Amino acid sequence: MNNENMLEIKNLETSFFTHLGEVKAVRNISYSLKKGGILGIVGESGSGKSVTLLSVMRLIEDPGKIKNGEIIFDGVDLTKISKTEIQDIRGSDISMIFQDPMTSINPVFTIQNQMVEVIRRHMLISKATAIMEAQEMSNISKKEKALKNIEDGYLRKLNRKEALERAIYYLGLVGIPEPEVRIKQYPHQFSGGMRQRVLIAMALSCEPKLLIADEPTTALDVTIQAQILDLLKKIQKELGTSIIFITHDLGVIAEVCENVIVMYGGMVMEKGTVNEIFYSPQHPYTKGLHQSIPKNISGHKKRLVPIEGSPPDLMNPPKGCPFSPRCKHAMQICIEEAAPLAKVSETQYSACWLQHQDSPDVEGFTKSGGVK
Amino acid sequence: MEDRKVLLEVKNLKKHFIIKKDILGKAKKTVHAVDGINFKIYQGETFGLVGESGCGKSTTGRTIIGLYKNTSGEVFFDGELLSTGYEENKLRIGKLKRKLKRELKKLPEDASKNEIEEIKEKYNELLNVQKSELKEKKQTSKSLGRNQRDIQMIFQDPYASLNPRMTVSEIIAEGIRTHNLLQGPEVSERVFVLLERVGLKREHASRYPHEFSGGQRQRIGIARALAVDPKLIIADEPISALDVSIQAQVVNMLEDLQEEFGLTYLFIAHDLSMVKYISDRIGVMYLGKLMEVSESDPLYELPLHPYTQSLLSSIPLPDPDANLRSERIVLQGDVSSPINPKPGCRFAERCRFAKGECFTESPELDEILPGRFVACHHVKEINKL
Ligand SMILES: Nc1ncnc2c1ncn2[C@@H]1O[C@H](COP(=O)(O)OP(=O)(O)OP(=O)(O)O)[C@@H](O)[C@H]1O
Ligand SMILES: Nc1ncnc2c1ncn2[C@@H]1O[C@H](COP(=O)(O)OP(=O)(O)O)[C@@H](O)[C@H]1O
Ligand code: SF4
Ligand code: SF4
Ligand SMILES: [Mg+2]
Ligand SMILES: [Mg+2]
Repeated sequence: MNNENMLEIKNLETSFFTHLGEVKAVRNISYSLKKGGILGIVGESGSGKSVTLLSVMRLIEDPGKIKNGEIIFDGVDLTKISKTEIQDIRGSDISMIFQDPMTSINPVFTIQNQMVEVIRRHMLISKATAIMEAQEMSNISKKEKALKNIEDGYLRKLNRKEALERAIYYLGLVGIPEPEVRIKQYPHQFSGGMRQRVLIAMALSCEPKLLIADEPTTALDVTIQAQILDLLKKIQKELGTSIIFITHDLGVIAEVCENVIVMYGGMVMEKGTVNEIFYSPQHPYTKGLHQSIPKNISGHKKRLVPIEGSPPDLMNPPKGCPFSPRCKHAMQICIEEAAPLAKVSETQYSACWLQHQDSPDVEGFTKSGGVK
Repeated sequence: MEDRKVLLEVKNLKKHFIIKKDILGKAKKTVHAVDGINFKIYQGETFGLVGESGCGKSTTGRTIIGLYKNTSGEVFFDGELLSTGYEENKLRIGKLKRKLKRELKKLPEDASKNEIEEIKEKYNELLNVQKSELKEKKQTSKSLGRNQRDIQMIFQDPYASLNPRMTVSEIIAEGIRTHNLLQGPEVSERVFVLLERVGLKREHASRYPHEFSGGQRQRIGIARALAVDPKLIIADEPISALDVSIQAQVVNMLEDLQEEFGLTYLFIAHDLSMVKYISDRIGVMYLGKLMEVSESDPLYELPLHPYTQSLLSSIPLPDPDANLRSERIVLQGDVSSPINPKPGCRFAERCRFAKGECFTESPELDEILPGRFVACHHVKEINKL
């Protein structure tokens, strides 16, 4: 295990066993996220972005199953630990903001109710506060006992008042005006953008090491999206939180992420730094994505180049490269066997046979090992 | 531009929805979804309509095509009046009658007959103006044959907009049959041609919508719209529900069809870079009003209205370096509610330049520079014009 990594996913496979057959949602995926880093995951609808991260949270429910792989979070393999252990980690060390904000807020409780509850379940007072409290005790033997407990790592939970203070602090941090008033309200009394900010505040209130944001802005307007993106960048910078950001919007990726994973048909097609993915993409699918969107917002109009065809059916995925039915460079081998992730640079990898030494030279593609 | 033919003209169009009534049936809460907008669409062009969700884009489209009855204002198509709204006259009549009653009640017990008559007369005059206007508009409305063929609509949700119990061929042929355009075997021949034109196959004709992907369903919706040879197509977020790689397929097809059939488009969307890409001219809406109307290149190069400025600067560009360079004007707060809106500029609550009359007087959409219409009291000062 690399100590600099917050999360390392190795050979993950997750499937849903439906009555129609096995849906191979995630097929042998590996990637990692550095501590304090912000990683973007982009791909079309159904490419397995959400399922990968629900697997990390161990939130895959029947008929879904993690079939294979390791998910190493801060040194611990999450696929191996018990249900209670994962519950402790969920919400405290790893928090997730979901695609649909209403699914993760309970409409019948006030924000205060929900936030205080979560904070009390997961948060202990800091060691410094505990020692201060103990020092103030007048009974000597009680004091000594308390100090010993602290030494042994026993810290008490936050009380209601402390939890409430903390909740209000985080609501303020995400830009909710008059947080001490708004916290007493119900979710429906907030607008879509504010609800999403409340969710972020909830996710942050337990100071997670890893924040997973699944399309947190897709349902929002651009002006509100700009507010949320600013907020996430600020959180990463100021609190050092590691962030995984799922989206299908290349603009959002370019705006917030340092590293990028491109997924297609349940597999990783390419990964690299944001500059590599935007300025020297190597995989035909990544290149195709770039050509499908209007690039220069002011200036000349260049006709879009769509990717013909449609995404694969994960019940019957293509045997070889998942992109082969739509790829204009597809070769015989592509149909038979999926390409391994080939190293293009220290930080960039692409799963395409064109990167292989023995493949024909095609303009714009670099051979693995740096030989052009 | 002005010598081009105007295909669609919208004059002072309003569409209000009454969502809550009191016991007397009076409107207590009214959504001012579209609140007095003016624009023209020239033949052969693509007019983009952008704005945040709930600002009234879809309502505009639906009112033009007649799915909603306009509260007031007129829609002209090809020089002819298509619809005129008289709901507002009815509301005004109701209001005047209630006001009259209140004034009469306020009069002292011993008020003279003359006094009473005077008040009644004053109101009757106002009432008569409204009543005759109402009568006139009603009559005009009755005489208007709705032009159902020339304007067609493509919807956002390719899943919900196709009848699941009809085959693709029945869906596409529906319009042809209602308008008696073709008979017998000619109908299916036309369906085949249309299917092929939108990139589907003849074999698809006998299948049902659920057997198709989102992109393919949107193609079926386009074929249905094309079937009756329309002149204007209103496309309400036609690509929002589609994957990036599929969006480009549909956009390119819409462009090709426009060229081939000389179509005119009203293209509604919230993806600003796509709207820029596809539109010749663009209207920017905010809370039921048009803030700015302009040709698209100058709009994106130099937006004049404070709302357009922040809207455009909020778009994250698919270019990491450009994002680092560009300066964002992050708007604070949320879009306010279109329910019983306050007087003044609709954008005033979030506008960093708002002052004085911004809060009392609603600005008109004026031509500030040639071909550039802006509704802002301080546009000249803000842009140092
Ligand atoms: N509960 C489930 N039962 C069966 N199949 C499922 C289930 N959840 C997800 N899938 C399938 O797994 C695949 C990957 O889904 P996933 O939600 O990860 O996609 P995604 O990349 O997040 O897409 P989107 O951009 O639409 O959110 C899809 O084919 C989906 O239909
Ligand atoms: N049938 C309706 N009844 C009541 N309110 C409506 C109706 N349709 C739309 N509205 C309201 O009108 C406003 C404009 O809606 P819409 O035109 O759909 O916005 P957009 O398409 O720009 O997102 C919104 O506040 C919406 O809630
Ligand atoms: S492996 Fe083959 S089919 Fe897949 S992207 Fe590369 S060239 Fe195309
Ligand atoms: S009229 Fe006033 S509030 Fe409205 S946009 Fe102009 S400056 Fe801002
Ligand atoms: Mg998802
Ligand atoms: Mg709409």
